[in-house]
Amino acid sequence: MIKLQPRREPSELMVYISPILAGILTLMTGAILFAVLGYNSFTALYTFLVAPIQDSQGISELLVKASPILMCAIGLAVAYRANVWNIGAEGQLLMGALVGSAVALQFPDSESKSTLILVLISGVLAGMAWAGIAAFLKTKFNTNEILTTIMLNYIALNLLQYAVHGPLKDPDGYSFPESAPFSAGATLPTLLEDGRVHIGFALAVIAVLIIWFLVSKSFLGFQMKVMGMDERAAKFAGYPEKKLTWLVLLISGGLAGLAGVCEVTGPIGQLVPNVSPGYGYAAIIVAFLGRLHPVGILIASLLMALIYLGGELAQIKLGTPAALTLLFQGMLLFYLLACDVLIRYQLIKVPHSSTQAQGAN
Amino acid sequence: MTATTPRLALQGIRKQYPGTLANDDIHLAIDSGEIHALLGENGAGKSTLMKIIYGVVKPDAGTLSWEGKTIQIKDPAQARSLGIGMVFQHFSLFETLTVSENIALALGDQAGDLKTLPTRIRDISQRYGMALEPDRPVHSLSIGERQRVEIVRCLVQNIKLLILDEPTSVLTPQEVKTLFITLRQLASEGCSILFISHKLYEVKELCHKATILRHGRVSGECVPSQESTLSMAKMMVGDETPVSNTYEKKQGSEVFLTVTHLNLTSSDPFGTSLKNLSLQVRRGEIVGIAGVAGNGQEELLAALSGEVLLKTADSIRFPDGAVGDLNPAERRKRGMAFVPEDRLGRGAVPDMSLTENGLLTGFLHGLVKGGVVLHGKTKQFAEQIIQDYKVKTPNSSAHAASLSGGNLQKFIIGREILQNPQLLVASHPTWGVDIGAATAIHQALIHLRDAGAAILVISEDTDELFQISDRIGAIFDGQLSPFKPTAQTTIDEVGQWMAGVFNTEEALA
Amino acid sequence: MDFDVNMLSNLLYAMVRTGTPLLLIALGEMVCEKSGVLNLGQEGMLLMEAVAGFIAALTSGSLIIGVLAAILVGILMSLLFGLIAINLNANQVATGLALTIFGIGLSAFVGSSYVGQPLKGFEPINMGGLTDIPVIGKMLFGQDALVYLSFLLFLGVYWFFRWSRAGLVVKAVGENPHAAEAIGLPVIKTRYLAVMFGGGMAGLAGAYLSLAYTPMWVEGMSAGKGWIGLALVVFASWQTGRVLFGAYLFGLMSILNLVVQGLGFNISANLLNILPYLATIVVLVFLSMNQQRIKMYAPASLGKPFHRSR
Repeated sequence: MIKLQPRREPSELMVYISPILAGILTLMTGAILFAVLGYNSFTALYTFLVAPIQDSQGISELLVKASPILMCAIGLAVAYRANVWNIGAEGQLLMGALVGSAVALQFPDSESKSTLILVLISGVLAGMAWAGIAAFLKTKFNTNEILTTIMLNYIALNLLQYAVHGPLKDPDGYSFPESAPFSAGATLPTLLEDGRVHIGFALAVIAVLIIWFLVSKSFLGFQMKVMGMDERAAKFAGYPEKKLTWLVLLISGGLAGLAGVCEVTGPIGQLVPNVSPGYGYAAIIVAFLGRLHPVGILIASLLMALIYLGGELAQIKLGTPAALTLLFQGMLLFYLLACDVLIRYQLIKVPHSSTQAQGAN
Repeated sequence: MTATTPRLALQGIRKQYPGTLANDDIHLAIDSGEIHALLGENGAGKSTLMKIIYGVVKPDAGTLSWEGKTIQIKDPAQARSLGIGMVFQHFSLFETLTVSENIALALGDQAGDLKTLPTRIRDISQRYGMALEPDRPVHSLSIGERQRVEIVRCLVQNIKLLILDEPTSVLTPQEVKTLFITLRQLASEGCSILFISHKLYEVKELCHKATILRHGRVSGECVPSQESTLSMAKMMVGDETPVSNTYEKKQGSEVFLTVTHLNLTSSDPFGTSLKNLSLQVRRGEIVGIAGVAGNGQEELLAALSGEVLLKTADSIRFPDGAVGDLNPAERRKRGMAFVPEDRLGRGAVPDMSLTENGLLTGFLHGLVKGGVVLHGKTKQFAEQIIQDYKVKTPNSSAHAASLSGGNLQKFIIGREILQNPQLLVASHPTWGVDIGAATAIHQALIHLRDAGAAILVISEDTDELFQISDRIGAIFDGQLSPFKPTAQTTIDEVGQWMAGVFNTEEALA
Repeated sequence: MDFDVNMLSNLLYAMVRTGTPLLLIALGEMVCEKSGVLNLGQEGMLLMEAVAGFIAALTSGSLIIGVLAAILVGILMSLLFGLIAINLNANQVATGLALTIFGIGLSAFVGSSYVGQPLKGFEPINMGGLTDIPVIGKMLFGQDALVYLSFLLFLGVYWFFRWSRAGLVVKAVGENPHAAEAIGLPVIKTRYLAVMFGGGMAGLAGAYLSLAYTPMWVEGMSAGKGWIGLALVVFASWQTGRVLFGAYLFGLMSILNLVVQGLGFNISANLLNILPYLATIVVLVFLSMNQQRIKMYAPASLGKPFHRSR
């Protein structure tokens, strides 16, 4: 008989092994799932995980997909470290895209890159403002941020729908609910000659570096960590709880807004109803999978981008349902939570005769 | 009742927790009608042993016999059906429920007719002199009343063995006397009582026999009336530091902390509001505030520390001005340090290293530059605390949660004192720590006082306050009693204050 | 005048219909939270159970089997949550989120070949002339079986917390699990049962969505109802009577767009769709302003993991 016994101290090693274990379990479940559905498991997994990144074109697409996820996730990680549950990256991303587009469309013939900077800033501010609502309500009225950010997601989605069907709809676009394409001045330049990788990816990497410094070197980051691990200790030490709450929400909202505005000014080039295939929600998984650590998140966001690409490719090549991507994401997070148990507990073998339960003192 | 078949007998009880052997080869026998003391320091294994008797914890080895028959007690319900009742130190009551609902819950199926339960509760509480109103919600009861609920809960059923875990630690001296009368009445009716305590004079006064535990083992057995407190203390602490140092009492110099007409409405619906408190603490003196838990101590501490900000900044002043509206960090900059009552989860973050826990409040003292944490200096600071205050730990990267209570408390006190505070506010500084650590902490406080700091200690342990305070007062229902030099008052007088017997006019004067 | 009464009657009828899934979710979640467990997975559970109920009903041809399948899946999902959050003591917030993301993904996956398929759902029960009673007739007597079941369940939960010993046990475990353990109450078992009840109720709510409210399956058809149900529990301050009131209030909010359009105003449907979400935020703000009240009624151990001491 095998049972769980609490460790005396949380295992540092398991913190890193757990996501890998979760990944393996997801793969195994995926293989079984494919087999059950009548696909060749090997071919299917190959199509899902290897085929999308076989050439430089594929790598480039991977980075394009990873950019928004990375930006959202790195921001969420800051908030989650402080125990502020911002579930609203999706809405903040959409607002960034929406407001950024509204500004971009004011300059239909612009060639100047200063337009782009204005557009990007407005997207970031829009994301901040959207998260700021939750920050205001939490610090002023103690309103639970999980519920407010979720509700704000639905509101943002409806606002976006309204905009593409109404005020921002391209008058020359027949009946499609889309905006006019952006001018050259409001479009993100690509990073390399070939491929679609735009400077958004570079911005994401810069964000990772800045956040890394914030969380692991600065006193501000330490204060956030204390607040997240032990609110009462933070109060006792006199850390400015409300300011920190504002700060983490503005950072995560701003980064999600940046992700949104980079999507519309980069790979998409106009405002469309489905700006995001759930990047904001995928980022939640990425933040956890990356252990709320900037480097971990960088790796996890690439993996998540791969799942997106693989899902699309498998849909085209094998005819698997589009929802497979969502399913893989959900499984990954679940397995991760289950494996995380091993951080605090260890598996031990016990002889059958002794069934005494063990526990912490 | 014969001498050969005790009501309860334990043989060779052993319980191992990860990292500690809580009980090892424990033998104990209690006769009917006997009041038996279980004595021991914090961490000696008393709590584990009584949880085993009450079926909350299962022993790894050993046997229990009940009225001569060997049995296994697998859960509290079975213990209750045998006639074993328990009064917990941290009451196992539910604040939002009424007295009779609380009692019905614990009785399980034996609660009988819920409609007649209130009547039974009234009958029993009258018979044993413990007034209780069955329909009142528990959150509206005082600590003493809550203890009565716990006791009545045991008496509603047919009780043969009553276990009380440190029952007097939450009572005023007068309430203790009343409790002892009840317990003697119970014992005279044949009920066995297991009385857990570390207060020797109480054991001498009340108990017929005593079993003493040390480091999880039985270190002695005695008849308390035939022993001196000193001889029992030796059995409790072994060759460690002798009991009760006496410290010289001092008079302070100029006033550092001034509290005037402090009013504060508690944000907790179950809390106590502070009513017009005034208080002064001088440099070079230790002022003690006694009181039964839940009389406004938490609220007073929150107001003093800055965790709750006051609208009237002037209610709390330091020599350089009003601080009532300043947050804890601002007050620290003005020379205050603070030791909260909860070590883990407030004074220290459990899952952070000692280095990080040093930074927690030490950040004002050169550990942060330009917003960046100086890791070298932070580590040095933690190591200095560990060294100066003899904190037993493998190194400074051990998690706070891995330290024993006493060691962590030494670390926290050390962290605060090393910041050279001019005012130290400490809440229950030695709660739940062993005598060695308690002595070290007392000495550190005295040393800080002699160096000229103003110190305010709030504690439920009146003995401790008499030992270290230069002036003493009490808090009751959010109001402060008068303060007197410790040498000019008595435990009885402070006990009266703790029960609310004081003139508020006089206290304000 | 006649027209107005008719419209009011229809409005009240639709309000109860729309409020029913919210009522079911919130009742289940309230019981769960009373025991100290915060299950944020409602949205995902709701979708899983909606699709399960739909598929089972479609393939078996029986609506009853559909409902039972939905409840069963709801309980299974809640057991998954319980395993991770109660036994393995994982963070309840994260586990709930995982359940939601997992449920959204799995339901979309399982249901992908059933999207848009027709199904004859629950019909209103014929109660003769009672439905003709002005204003309230249709609301009270023109509903389908699941709505009546929700009335009964409401009364059941009300009775449970008002009169039963088991209700006391749930409250006690939610307030102070350590004290509960000390006096011998089965903390883990109680929490499991409460979580399973929440799962079953979400199952009914899911079945109601895909078998009665709009008898079909569409990806993400719950449209945040799970989350609104969670907010409702806070709105109701964990009091059964207020849950009923809140559910219908939110139900009304969700159909206001129909009213506005019915009255001939030309406002974008997308903007009107915002109303229930906006209302949820406004109501939450209004309630959380009174922290004393929340502290008074919220289960004290809500969301905190419980480690046994034995």
